[in-house]
Amino acid sequence: MTGESRSPGRLIVDRETKPYMPPYLKLRHDAGRGRWVLLAPERILTPDQTAVAVLQLCDGTRTVEEIAAKLAEEYSAPADVITADVLDLLQGLADKGYIKG
Amino acid sequence: MTEELRTDEHFRSVTVDDEPTAGVVGGEDDAAELCARAPVGLLAELTHRCPLQCPYCSNPVELEGVKNELSTEEWCSVMRQAGEMGILQVHLSGGEPTARKDLEDIVKAASEAGLYSNLITAAVTLKRDRLETLQKLGLDHVQISFQDVDPEGAEKIGAYPGATQKKLEVARWVTEMGLPLTINAPIHRHNIHNVPRYIDMSVELGAQRLEIAHAQYYGWAFLNRAALIPTYEETLASIDCVEAARERLKGVLTIDMVVPDYYAKRPKPCMGGWGKGFMNITPAGKVLPCHAAESIPELAFDNVRDRKLLDIWMNSDAFNAFRGTDWMKEPCRSCAFKDIDYGGCRCQAMAMTGDPRNTDPACALSPYHNEMVKLAKDEAAKPATEFVYRNPRNAAAALKPKEEPLVPAE
Repeated sequence: MTGESRSPGRLIVDRETKPYMPPYLKLRHDAGRGRWVLLAPERILTPDQTAVAVLQLCDGTRTVEEIAAKLAEEYSAPADVITADVLDLLQGLADKGYIKG
Repeated sequence: MTEELRTDEHFRSVTVDDEPTAGVVGGEDDAAELCARAPVGLLAELTHRCPLQCPYCSNPVELEGVKNELSTEEWCSVMRQAGEMGILQVHLSGGEPTARKDLEDIVKAASEAGLYSNLITAAVTLKRDRLETLQKLGLDHVQISFQDVDPEGAEKIGAYPGATQKKLEVARWVTEMGLPLTINAPIHRHNIHNVPRYIDMSVELGAQRLEIAHAQYYGWAFLNRAALIPTYEETLASIDCVEAARERLKGVLTIDMVVPDYYAKRPKPCMGGWGKGFMNITPAGKVLPCHAAESIPELAFDNVRDRKLLDIWMNSDAFNAFRGTDWMKEPCRSCAFKDIDYGGCRCQAMAMTGDPRNTDPACALSPYHNEMVKLAKDEAAKPATEFVYRNPRNAAAALKPKEEPLVPAE
């Protein structure tokens, strides 16, 4: 997950990245359906609770490492394992254009 | 938590596309879950007025006149009702939606109703200050159609001089203002060779998203099929090109593709299922399950002027006509795919076989399938016919067949 860029402009998420959602993405709680939805141009993503927890911490000031540390504390899980998983999750979102850094 | 994270299933996504026939596309479970309670997408055709005359327009051939259009307050009420009933995204489309002087009011109402708003525009008459106002009022996303990447080709198709330069200018404003941009590329035999250049242009403009939208042969496009349909080989090459670009441009450009189904073996799950996740409102307020539903003569459509949107969704005859699978005949009724493709498209079954309950002839199991493929291949092999441009005069002529000759672009 380090260094290689398969396409110009592709964000490679690492521990120092400060991820944020671009302003046109809207994370909303859909009361009628009782779930969170992430609204994007002509797309609706249905994040699960874990993803929502990560996204709510992506404010452009926290690094991935800080986000992972916070989640590790909250879920009593090993920080390095959580960090690797958060990196995976955010890279997947970045590859869809839904996370900037 | 860790095991959960590894599954990479945290962001299942459903496309809510304005393209004819696309509707709601996603993993079956995802779309079904979202749509179980209410539709997720609304296409609001604010007007049929348009400065362009594209021969594949998804509007019905019988265009609605300005005097029948819903009022500002009626559209604003539609937006409020849509938000209340659980719709998540609205496509403000047309015709050309910016032809409505009250677009600002409608965008504001959509935003206040919590709807994610997509402006589907040809952009040739859009001014920068108006776009800025729309953004302030809550507009979320702008989609601009490009009839071709070559300006001459684009002018011939849209019959609007100088269109490309104007569209490029507006596209740059959109990205400068920090709004997400989708490039809409309507594909047919005259521009299918330019699919790679559409991809390059989209990256260059900083678009988030590109729709490679092969013409779907309903309404105007059905009239113009022999002028538009590409060959099987060209179609396959365009699909390969898009698939390679998707991999290459991960995280840079999202490419959605609507493919022509005349060459398919399996039918498309049209609109993601009839009355399942998507509704369409005409300029005069008729509520349809899809763009082309008015081509099915047995259906009658309710109007937002007479009934609440939710009531129409739940209880109207038109929405219930082909919901689920009970209406199906063979071979659909006993087919293992009936809950996946819903027998394909009702309007195409109507147009090609005369009965909307028949299997969509795009399906290889339809007795009409071979005939349809042959028709497509024969038309594509011949020189393209002249365009029947989408304008009121040609609409009038087309609706009384053979009585008056069709006219060229005005």
